[in-house]
Amino acid sequence: MFAYIVRRLLYAIPILIGVNLVTFALFFVVNTPDDMARMQLGVKRVTPEAIGKWKAERGYDRPLLWNAQAPGLGKATATIFFAKSVRMFAFDFGRADDGRDIAREIRGRMGPSLAVALPVFALGLFAAIWFSLLLVYFRGTYLDATGVVLCVAMMSISGLFYIIGGQWLVSKIWHLVPISGYAPGLDAAKFVILPVIVSVVGGIGASSRWYRTIFLEEIGKDYVRTARAKGLSERAVLFGHVLRNALIPILTGVVVLIPTLFMGSLVIESFFGIPGLGSYTIDAINAQDFAVVRSMVFIGSFLYIVGLLLTDISYTLVDPRVRLG
Amino acid sequence: MMVKFVLLGSDALLFALIAVAAESLWWARRQDHLRHAMGRVAGSGVGTASAMVLVVFLAVAVLDSVHFRPRLGAPQEAYAVDVLSALDAALTPLRTHTEKTYSAPLATHSFAREMQEGGEWLYPRLKYGGAHLGENVGARDADVAQTALRGLALGIVFGGLAWLAALPLRRRHPRVAWMAAFTALLAMCVAAGPIAALAQGYHVFGTDKVGQDVLFLALKSIRTGVIIGTLTTLIMLPAAVLLGIVAGYVGGWVDDAIQYLYTTLNSIPGVLLIAAAVLMMQVIIDTHPEWFATSAERADARLLALCAILGVTSWTGLCRLLRGETLKLREMEYVQAARAFGVAQLAIMLRHILPNLMHIVLISLVMDFSGLVLAEAVLSYVGIGVDPNTISFGTMINAARLELAREPMVWWSLAAAFSFMFVLVLAANLFADVVRDAFDPRLG
Repeated sequence: MFAYIVRRLLYAIPILIGVNLVTFALFFVVNTPDDMARMQLGVKRVTPEAIGKWKAERGYDRPLLWNAQAPGLGKATATIFFAKSVRMFAFDFGRADDGRDIAREIRGRMGPSLAVALPVFALGLFAAIWFSLLLVYFRGTYLDATGVVLCVAMMSISGLFYIIGGQWLVSKIWHLVPISGYAPGLDAAKFVILPVIVSVVGGIGASSRWYRTIFLEEIGKDYVRTARAKGLSERAVLFGHVLRNALIPILTGVVVLIPTLFMGSLVIESFFGIPGLGSYTIDAINAQDFAVVRSMVFIGSFLYIVGLLLTDISYTLVDPRVRLG
Repeated sequence: MMVKFVLLGSDALLFALIAVAAESLWWARRQDHLRHAMGRVAGSGVGTASAMVLVVFLAVAVLDSVHFRPRLGAPQEAYAVDVLSALDAALTPLRTHTEKTYSAPLATHSFAREMQEGGEWLYPRLKYGGAHLGENVGARDADVAQTALRGLALGIVFGGLAWLAALPLRRRHPRVAWMAAFTALLAMCVAAGPIAALAQGYHVFGTDKVGQDVLFLALKSIRTGVIIGTLTTLIMLPAAVLLGIVAGYVGGWVDDAIQYLYTTLNSIPGVLLIAAAVLMMQVIIDTHPEWFATSAERADARLLALCAILGVTSWTGLCRLLRGETLKLREMEYVQAARAFGVAQLAIMLRHILPNLMHIVLISLVMDFSGLVLAEAVLSYVGIGVDPNTISFGTMINAARLELAREPMVWWSLAAAFSFMFVLVLAANLFADVVRDAFDPRLG
């Protein structure tokens, strides 16, 4: 087990390096820092001095990959690649365009992101499993068919509709919770509750339909027939046998998402004014703050790779038949 | 020549896609297993009904993809700078009848009060909305009801005729669910009849902030959605198919390299990769204004680039599926027989493996469509979608969402965008389900 984890960790390193190279190519090779400076300062009427100053302030005035003028080790380290990309492996992200430390900003914003993302994840999983079990319980009846059509219809509605509709109905018409905003500590509850409900409702259609097929696949297996043959009630079969076995593909399928919960949701956070990482990213995109976007790409990929690792480990934990070699 | 035709990049690709689709349908008809699967799709009521809805949407998109520049009047022997489409021409009254600002659906007066000459604040009369009523505004409700009924009757007659035309078709191909398809068509005619009749004299879905007719915007949005939903898959298809087959068939370090490539790309969160790429693309487009002759071309370049970027982020799933399937097919007896006969590797991949992967390609093409249409709206909202001047569901929603805070509310833009999008995506989802059930051999 331990050796397996170590090997998987080693396997993650080349992927992270690849991610880093892709982002580096995207941000510095496709467009030179000069292009970025011109973009930030306005395309027309920009002097070379202004561009030089902009680049120097952000450390973009060095060579990309190889600094022939620098002494000793500096040949490799006094470059944009080292300063901006290699340093990310040490979680050193440098400063945003407004001068703030990105790493510090990220630490502060993880909390609000999690405050929304965690309940969405847990409640969404619970609601979808519950709903799909209900459909499976009534399988082959009109109730099941209606439920599936409902799922497809709910999948077909834009996520933006749930957000806008929820804000309008709950906040504007019923005045139950504030439309947007955030407060630290327990006060966060009244700001978080609406985004959580909206996300859960918006996601339930797709996941319920997916879980339903998993349950139906499971219900056709031999052990279920045996359980029925020994006289168990339908409910005991569903909850005692089918649910436990179907949870394996469901849970291992969602484990990969757990680390990425830290990233929050771009759209939800910006609509509801939650100061998490999602809205941080959106603000950076709108302000064209490349340093922040680059850091978020790196963190997102890192968390996703951690999720893949957790998925593999969770296979062995829930299903003893899986042996990792 | 009265007009000068313009072929934008996305137009060319859309037409190419339709040609390829027609060609592959023709090819698939001669493949036994695929013909059976197509027969299953055609025999399903849900399948044909949703296909009919998709065909209507596709027709609008195709009509909107025939671009041209109209000839200016006699003094100048030149063509206009503005690029129009056949749909624009067909909807000319809707396109040109712009008011000053917001007006509610079917309204005769503007939504916002304006200072009149006498110093009074009044709701000004709309220039085009209900213009035929003159000053007799009180007659609006009766006129609306009458026009709607007339349109409804026309819609029923038109749809009914189409429905009757289906009867001989049913006799010739009895196993195709014609009735469901033409019932869907009838339903669309019934819905479209009153709207078309009312659109002659009113703004059926109101007007937006700059006074454009919302119905016109919603119809124009269809093309953007269809382009993104189809071209993205088309653009990524060659890479996914090629790499998937090569990885699965050749194996060894090639397999490792390709797996590494798609795992790496897959590790980058999709939205962020899209955001980064779109930001970069914006810089390129902004620093090279000389590449684009008209603003339509620039917006089109951005649309295509968005498709390409979405394609880069979404080919990994298909590639992995194809690789897995190729691994299985490689060990099949007929492939081994081909190898034993000394058939070249390339020929085996092209003739024996590729045709047996087509069902996966087709399933992923239809399954991805609805997700991409929805993604466009979200991305455009985030600011990393289509060009702000391109009419799309996303830009419509983005422009309208702030106005919900107004009192009274401006809801019609949102309602129109969401309902058009809902119908399109629902039809696509239902059709995709039928196609998957029919073509996936595991579902039998």
